[in-house]
Amino acid sequence: MKMTKADIIEVVYEKVGGFSKKEAAEIVETVFDSIKETLERGAKIKISGFGNFVVRDKKARIGRNPQTGEEITISARRVLSFKPSQVLKNALNGGDPLP
Amino acid sequence: MEGTITKSELIEHISEQLKLPTGKAEQIVNCVFDSMVKALQEGEGIEIRGFGSFTVREYKAYEGRNPRTGETVHVAPKRLPFFKVGKDLRERVNRSRETAPGEGPKGIAAAPASMPAPAPSPPTDSGGFGGGTSGGFGGGNDSSGGNRF
Repeated sequence: MKMTKADIIEVVYEKVGGFSKKEAAEIVETVFDSIKETLERGAKIKISGFGNFVVRDKKARIGRNPQTGEEITISARRVLSFKPSQVLKNALNGGDPLP
Repeated sequence: MEGTITKSELIEHISEQLKLPTGKAEQIVNCVFDSMVKALQEGEGIEIRGFGSFTVREYKAYEGRNPRTGETVHVAPKRLPFFKVGKDLRERVNRSRETAPGEGPKGIAAAPASMPAPAPSPPTDSGGFGGGTSGGFGGGNDSSGGNRF
């Protein structure tokens, strides 16, 4: 069972309240759009209690097709990585929220 | 590397863009991430289309080594969250490298100069959307705006 954006919208609608479901949907959409636009600009996003989203520049490197063994150049690229916060890691392991 | 946006800056931005009181925006953003933490805690994955997906991976106990001292240490079983970026966002992030390597406004902090001051929102709990239509969202559906965020 996977949580989707629709589930998040439902939780926001029920827990925060004060707006229609349609508005809740647009708000949640805006939250993710804002995060995406920030990352698209190469900025980092730090969400305390959750983790950091970091954009990293990768240099070109030689890779290999694992099936054929053939060498290929992997071009330079910009990638997004997520580093979970200690709080989130503890939460997943049944520990206290803070170390 | 090109500026950092914290959760409070994100909240501030959401509040300006949707003309919501900061407290309300804060509740919403916290609720979004709290619900995600809860899902992961229950071992449930999360999939946000266009953004990415989160999964929980289970690790068995293993004998590790302190790389500095060479000492063997016992590592208890654990669960770790993983994020896999969605196709759309992956392409957008990578494209930003080609179009504007290291220049242009980065994140919220660079934007306000060209944004009109937000009208103070009435601290109501309902109807905070300036009429309740989607028009009250300040045209928040374009993805090309260079200085909106």
